[in-house]
Amino acid sequence: MDYSNLQRKAAYLRKSLFDQGYLDEQFDQLEELQDEVNPNFVEEVVTLFFKDSSRLLNNIDQALEKSPNDFRKLDTYMHQLQGSTSSIGAFRVKRECTLFREYCDKENIEGCVKSFQKVKREHAVLRQKLEAYFQLLRQTGPVERATRASN
Amino acid sequence: MAIATETQFHVLAVDDSIIDRKLIERLLKTSSYQVTTVDSGSKALEFLGLQQDEQVDSSSSDSSSTTPEQNEIEVNLVITDYCMPGMTGYDLLKKIKESQSLKDIPVVIMSSENVPSRINRCLEEGAEEFLLKPVKLSDMNRLRPHMLKGRGRDQKQQQEENQEQNQSPSSGNKRKAADEGPSPERTRARYSSNSSLTVL
Repeated sequence: MDYSNLQRKAAYLRKSLFDQGYLDEQFDQLEELQDEVNPNFVEEVVTLFFKDSSRLLNNIDQALEKSPNDFRKLDTYMHQLQGSTSSIGAFRVKRECTLFREYCDKENIEGCVKSFQKVKREHAVLRQKLEAYFQLLRQTGPVERATRASN
Repeated sequence: MAIATETQFHVLAVDDSIIDRKLIERLLKTSSYQVTTVDSGSKALEFLGLQQDEQVDSSSSDSSSTTPEQNEIEVNLVITDYCMPGMTGYDLLKKIKESQSLKDIPVVIMSSENVPSRINRCLEEGAEEFLLKPVKLSDMNRLRPHMLKGRGRDQKQQQEENQEQNQSPSSGNKRKAADEGPSPERTRARYSSNSSLTVL
């Protein structure tokens, strides 16, 4: 297996995630916390994020369906999601979460529904891209993954 | 009774978000702190032993709810999220500062929203710092001075208590001292000057 080729692919994919605005400097911060003792820290946090955010997206979906005028509830759920996206550095998802909350503030249900579709879309794309990225990292071996933050 | 331990500071981190708990735990451990994480203000108070302290009739309390860590590990700092369901970080801060046994523990508030009125309210209530989320590794440097300050207060308090014990109390005070003495299940560990843990 050509490890150097896999490393190049992983580095290119990582760079594109930043260049296209999917990730911001907070993701760098997560990588700084990864070391030989915790070589999978970033992947663990990201996995947790997608598990937790899927639950929150489901809650928002149900709230929009059952109580669409309960803007306080919608804002509470989105506030939680926005916090998580900020903590992992998911910039584009966070930006859409912010827009959704602005529509909540204006009590604009149409805006909320449209914005929520964008949140879900950005979330799905990020998931797909990060899964591909971590799959590449796993193939490059534990040493590479552990030292990736300092590269 | 002295319990040998490293001079490592112990931080209690409180956040309802599982992602933020994992992140703050890693940040603190990277900065060489000992960490305990809980997901609510009520669990934080439980860990600190406040709910037991506040109960008048100790015989009715379930002493089995006190974990060994509570008796053996002193909390040098509490770092809590502001916005949490049920008990907010501000509520937790108030409860800690209102408690005679916990009021000297430094409290740091974290929030994802930069609201000046919120920041001022927390600082006025006794918070040492107000950190904006996401918390970064560089923010961890701001915690140590508060822990040192807290530990200094603990040592001073312990010296005062020792002085009081050395002076023979009048018969009128003897009962009061006996009544107020900590029961075994309520003892909180404090650092003595030689940096080993001492259970009072």
